[in-house]
Amino acid sequence: MYVKSIIILWALVAGAAQAAPKIEHWVAANGARVYFVAAPELPIVDIQVAFDAGSARDGNFPGLATLTNLLLDDGAAGLNADQIAEGLEGVGASMGASSSRDMATVSLRSLTDPAQLKPAIEIFKGVLSQPSFPKDAFERERKQLLVGVSARKQSPEEIADELFYQGLYGEHPYAHHPDGSDDSLKSLTAENVLMHFQAYYVGKNAVIAIVGALDRAAAADLVGQLTEGMPAGLPAPSLPEVAGLAEGKLVRQNHPSTQTHILLGQPGLSRGDPDYFPLYVGNHMLGGSGLVSRINEEIREKRGLSYSAYSYFMPMRLPGPYILGLQTRNESSDEALGVLKQTLGDFIAKGPTAEELKASKQNITGGFPLRLSSNRKILDHIAMIGFYQLPLDYLDTFNARVEAVTIEQIRAAFQQRIHPDKMVTVMVGNHGQK
Amino acid sequence: MMKRILMAGLILCCVPAAWAAQTQEYSLKNGMKVIVKEDHRAPVVVSQVWYKVGSGYETNGTTGISHVLEHMMFKGTKKHPAGEFSRIISQNGGQENAFTSRDYTAYFQTLEKSRLPVAFELEADRMRNLQLPEEEFIKERKVVMEERRMRTEDDPNSLTSEQFTAAVFVNSPYHHPVIGWMNDLENLTANDLRNWYAKWYAPNNATLVVVGDVKPEEVLKLAEKYFGRLPTSEITPPKPQREIRQQGVRRITVKAPAELPYLIMGYQAPTLRTAAEDWEAYALDVLAGVLDGGDSARFARNLIRGSQIAAGVGAGYNLYARADDVFTFAGTPAQGHGIGALEQAILGQIKRVQDEPVSQEELDRIKTQVVSGAIYELDSVFYQAMKIGILETIGLNWRVLDDYVARVRAVTAEQVQAVARKYLVEDRLTVAVLEPQPIDQGQAPRMMKNGGGHVR
Repeated sequence: MYVKSIIILWALVAGAAQAAPKIEHWVAANGARVYFVAAPELPIVDIQVAFDAGSARDGNFPGLATLTNLLLDDGAAGLNADQIAEGLEGVGASMGASSSRDMATVSLRSLTDPAQLKPAIEIFKGVLSQPSFPKDAFERERKQLLVGVSARKQSPEEIADELFYQGLYGEHPYAHHPDGSDDSLKSLTAENVLMHFQAYYVGKNAVIAIVGALDRAAAADLVGQLTEGMPAGLPAPSLPEVAGLAEGKLVRQNHPSTQTHILLGQPGLSRGDPDYFPLYVGNHMLGGSGLVSRINEEIREKRGLSYSAYSYFMPMRLPGPYILGLQTRNESSDEALGVLKQTLGDFIAKGPTAEELKASKQNITGGFPLRLSSNRKILDHIAMIGFYQLPLDYLDTFNARVEAVTIEQIRAAFQQRIHPDKMVTVMVGNHGQK
Repeated sequence: MMKRILMAGLILCCVPAAWAAQTQEYSLKNGMKVIVKEDHRAPVVVSQVWYKVGSGYETNGTTGISHVLEHMMFKGTKKHPAGEFSRIISQNGGQENAFTSRDYTAYFQTLEKSRLPVAFELEADRMRNLQLPEEEFIKERKVVMEERRMRTEDDPNSLTSEQFTAAVFVNSPYHHPVIGWMNDLENLTANDLRNWYAKWYAPNNATLVVVGDVKPEEVLKLAEKYFGRLPTSEITPPKPQREIRQQGVRRITVKAPAELPYLIMGYQAPTLRTAAEDWEAYALDVLAGVLDGGDSARFARNLIRGSQIAAGVGAGYNLYARADDVFTFAGTPAQGHGIGALEQAILGQIKRVQDEPVSQEELDRIKTQVVSGAIYELDSVFYQAMKIGILETIGLNWRVLDDYVARVRAVTAEQVQAVARKYLVEDRLTVAVLEPQPIDQGQAPRMMKNGGGHVR
């Protein structure tokens, strides 16, 4: 009873402070889904346009989605790369583009004064809907990606990451590195890029998130401008299902480093998964809460084995990875892996203690205002809600759903969903150095 | 053109007020400075305690001690044993951590605004009452050595960068890395740390910076309650250790397992704190913008796109440091180009800014970027607090932040040319090159199923 009343009191306190931003949602004429939050305090606006056009859409051409995304600002609507950069930076705006497995995004930050915003939007619009993909830029950006491939090969961390995804996803489109490989990049053509763009950078495959000092009418006007040259097209087709792992695998790669990077895991959660909250809250105390998690306590605080030891779910369109990781000097890699597995095994078998669960809930719900304390953070959240079509009240109900999680639910979810005997283990380091 | 300048002028009217009008500065009786900036956009607050100590205060043999001490600050006082600091902050929904640099060591918590007293109580306690037990120290030293392996030993570019910096500075304490040399870490003792803690951790060597949804008078009252009664220490400022005059170019090579070559070159240069004339520092800042201030700047336009010599290339200048610093260039050549070609291309760009004044368009663009950047940075309470903390801790005043936009706008093309001619000269130059050595991976990744042994 005593414990309960504290939790209720906490919920009230947290509830008072949590006022999630009001998200306005509508669909543009070309089918793009729009999510808007008015933030009148600073004279700035952030816009992020996300397409279901990440490397999961590469097909037989790993690196295609990234290359397409990189090329957008190399020429568009009659402007060359120099003119695009000058036009934006001359009004103090900044544009960014990025591409991951699920999504490809293009974003803009500008002042809201029409003298700056208007020219910035004009260029942004061209980049979104009329890129020219110049031949010389295609070759240059491809070479840049090839240099990136070489850079990955000198980083034990990146090598481990790549082997980990391959181990988890096998033939699935999530398996390959979004930036492609030497061979795949060399086989890409300008035509591949154009086809990728035409198929996926379309209204019905787009989510537009806007946060800034605008009212809804002004935001709608902005969306109208951005989408007028963008065909409706079709939403991207469903991706193949992610198969679970049938058996455990250990992948060892030699690298002349002083540390061994260790990754352990399996396919985990998709966005909107019914087990999301028990698994998220459970993992928070296992390895997601930084310095106070069990994994950090066992690996770092008690034994000094690693600078960073963690676990996390990366929810994606389809089950994204559940990752446990650390890096330790080569000599102690077996010891560290043993402790990591032991800690995971204990947690699955017994679940958290009541005190741990209470502390984690307090951290997550009490820290809620921190998640939304800047325009950028609000933008990231509404873009995520939009892209994965989570309910519009996702933020409003977040704390209550965290509070509702029980020890039994966590234990059941971990026992049902997490299988240490069928995990992929990757070790990259100097295995001779023991 | 005319229009653009005018527009920039319009934006400018709103910027200076951002710092001065919303920031209050206080001094507690024990000498601790308290600076509060209001930002009421969200119900959160960031609290940072900044100490005037960092690797730039260290001497050979005990390098890295400030950073190890930063780690040990989470290892307990009599009242709050090891780990409890982090647990309490976590249970209050907070995020916390700490960072060490050449000129400062800082500790921060970000919290829902009503939890500020929790952070103050804990920070005040560890400012004077740290225990530094031997067994915790032994473990934490291992953690820091792992950190060094991860950040430096196994990353060929950081390794090159570390040795570059050691070549740039001969006797200045900026010579050694913040994380410390491995051999110094191996020989550090708990007693070294106790002495270091006693020497620097006191309210009269600290600045408390609070930014967020708070009222300055209330923060002051809380600060008085928790920090106000802490005793002072006698602080002996570090010796100047002013860098000797460089007399000719220095070149070093670093051989390490790598796939890609890497070039770092830099010229010793003054900072805002050390420049004979302030405008020189602002002109160097603008110069960095001319070369590398975005996709329309000269490096991106001429070296990455135009001639396509560089896969990546950057220029960096640090306006805010306690001692003379280095204006740096770093990059990786594009496929088919060597490190020598990249160096020549960078030198060519330097020669151009020395020979011809930069264009009005370029200057206008950088000034516009500075003005908009000053507004964008207000989106982060953490970053606002950082800036105040850095300025105060290096011995300038946070009010300098209000001057920044005006001072950059006052820089002329002639001044940019003048600092390029004065500072980017061979006698101030150090060049470091990473020479990649083969990465011996032995065989392809071996995959074993459940401990079995088949090779893929």
